[in-house]
Amino acid sequence: MGALLQYIQSYLSSDKTPGAAGNFFWATVYILLVFLGLSVAVIAMNWLERKILAHMQVRLGPMRVGPHGLLQPIADAIKLLLKEDIMPAEADGLVFWTAPLIVVLAAFTVFVVVPFGPAHAITDMNIGILFMLGVSSLSVLGIVMAGWASNSHYPLMGALRSSAQMVSYEVAMGLAVVSVIIMTSLNDQGTGTLSMIGIVQSQMAQGEWFVFKFFPLGLIGFAIFAIAMVAETNRAPFDLPEAESELTAGFHTEYSGFRWSLFFLAEYSAMIAVSSIAVTLWLGGWLRPFPNWLHGATWDLIFSLVPGITFLLLGAITFFNVVRMPKHPLFKIQTIGLAGFGAVLGLIGLLLFLPPVRDRVGDIFWFSAKVAGFMYLYIWYRGTFPRYRFDQLMKVGWKVLLPTGLGLLILTAGVGMRTEIWKAIQGATQR
Amino acid sequence: MNPPVATTFFFYLLAAIMLIGGVFVITRKNAVHSALALIATLLAQAGIYLMLYAPFVAGVQIILYAGGIMVLFLFVIMLISIERSLKERMLNRQWVVGGLAALALGALFISVYVKGKNLFPTPKVPVFETNNTQTVGNLLYGQYMFPFEIASLLLLVAIIGAVVMAKKRI
Amino acid sequence: MDALTHISILHYIVLAAALFILGVVGVLTRRNVVVILMSIELILNAVNLNLVAFSRYWQAMHGPPALHGQVFAIFVITDAAAEAAVGLGILIAFFRNKETVNMDEVNLMKW
Repeated sequence: MGALLQYIQSYLSSDKTPGAAGNFFWATVYILLVFLGLSVAVIAMNWLERKILAHMQVRLGPMRVGPHGLLQPIADAIKLLLKEDIMPAEADGLVFWTAPLIVVLAAFTVFVVVPFGPAHAITDMNIGILFMLGVSSLSVLGIVMAGWASNSHYPLMGALRSSAQMVSYEVAMGLAVVSVIIMTSLNDQGTGTLSMIGIVQSQMAQGEWFVFKFFPLGLIGFAIFAIAMVAETNRAPFDLPEAESELTAGFHTEYSGFRWSLFFLAEYSAMIAVSSIAVTLWLGGWLRPFPNWLHGATWDLIFSLVPGITFLLLGAITFFNVVRMPKHPLFKIQTIGLAGFGAVLGLIGLLLFLPPVRDRVGDIFWFSAKVAGFMYLYIWYRGTFPRYRFDQLMKVGWKVLLPTGLGLLILTAGVGMRTEIWKAIQGATQR
Repeated sequence: MNPPVATTFFFYLLAAIMLIGGVFVITRKNAVHSALALIATLLAQAGIYLMLYAPFVAGVQIILYAGGIMVLFLFVIMLISIERSLKERMLNRQWVVGGLAALALGALFISVYVKGKNLFPTPKVPVFETNNTQTVGNLLYGQYMFPFEIASLLLLVAIIGAVVMAKKRI
Repeated sequence: MDALTHISILHYIVLAAALFILGVVGVLTRRNVVVILMSIELILNAVNLNLVAFSRYWQAMHGPPALHGQVFAIFVITDAAAEAAVGLGILIAFFRNKETVNMDEVNLMKW
């Protein structure tokens, strides 16, 4: 037991990813942790999306199952698992069966390279960002397969729209990503990097997040990516492949039960995946605010307390709502449940104050907080923007984002090489 | 650096996926099934590229082939109705001659490889490298600048050609 | 048994040749234009596999920076993209005019 603890401790103090250390045991542990965390995040997103959308529309949202509907996602999951799994008679069996698997696999495989911290990634690849873009672009195959195999009109239309939309927006997305990769090459060696950890480290080395690099060029690239990523994940206002008023449910109209829930899982984890690309590339990944400016032991201590304080705050808000619960005997169990939830949040907060935990989870916290900001944006978009028409969508993709991305690429390269260009001009005029 | 794990096993696994996928591509009557088999082949080939220490080519293979070209194929297959072609015969009239010619080519390959297998001495040390992408980039923008520009011109021509061909009224 | 346990360059080349033959059979015998285009993709991939395998071989002989085969594989992929775009464009135009995707019905020159 003691040897095991020592082993765990010795591993935790290393600053390598399990992939780089070549450690199968820890790689498996990390994969399981990421999978678990992702599932919890998807469940939380399900509840939060319904609640936040409801409050934006001055409704209450789910309130019945558990206090403030907290157990609603679990109830939904049980309902989906118990539902009958229907396959249309004319459907293409094998393709219909594999389509959700491909979508889920693509959505989860992406997380192999997501850097939650300098040592908190399953592995670091030389082609990290290329791998992420490539694997996440495979999910469109699953969508197309689902739409075609259903052998029905609405899914086919959804699949056609989805493939056209995702292929178009991938181009703009790629251009924005390339502009960041050019920015990473502005160091002494003059070589950039495609590795996710390397990109964050070069932001640290250059002393600014790439959103603010070459203002406003970095910001424009970020904006292009932020628009394209909403289209990539088929979310409102670009949710034409599953527009319920036009296509019932788009490509997954014919799916039910467990397979539908796989699509649901894949959609949300794809959202988290593209958000983590955006966070890594433009918002400094795991870096806390101002790591270069406010450095030193005191500032490190203050910022390392933030995760614990956040959870304590969440617990306090929960207790505030416990007090506001109706004082009726019928609500007794619910009140106790909510109090228990608040207590768990508070305990997590206290746990995060312990020095060894504090030092290890700071980067994970900042990364997750930034991703959570994007998740809120997704919900906000859905509550705010009306859906685009398909020709408008194509026009935005090809006639606005693509030329902007190309111009951005040229400008970024030009500004990055400004000293070399200036020297060349001077040399030419002197001669 | 650790030695690669079970390289032999993975090679035969990926090669089997590639070959079975390839056979399915040319034997399935339904074009969508062919396309899906081709996707399996392409992904297995990306794995083979990784075994050959070519991660950048593997990444490009996944993004461009599996995520781009094959989606285009599937899109077009869905646009054209395939119900009719399912009822027609699959092979053309000269399929016997075609098959024989291809088999002759295969026999030629086999004879060449059997006769010349000593021409390929096995490389002694596997080369591990961490900056494959940077090296490919340097070559692409340095030594191969001119072919690169030609390729961009080719893509431009392809875009214009595709639009001219596919658009009803320009 | 040694030939099976050790993966040499010949293994990759034989695999590429098999893929190439499959592609050629597809091009020569099938009627559906889409499948023919996909068989052409198979052929291009076989070539790519050869290029990358040779690149690895060359690299083991001459040191890491010699990656010419990989660069050419990227050029071939670019060509494949251009070919697929134009080919499928032609296919759509053809389908619009003749309501078929069969290769042996492309006989407009016989009019």
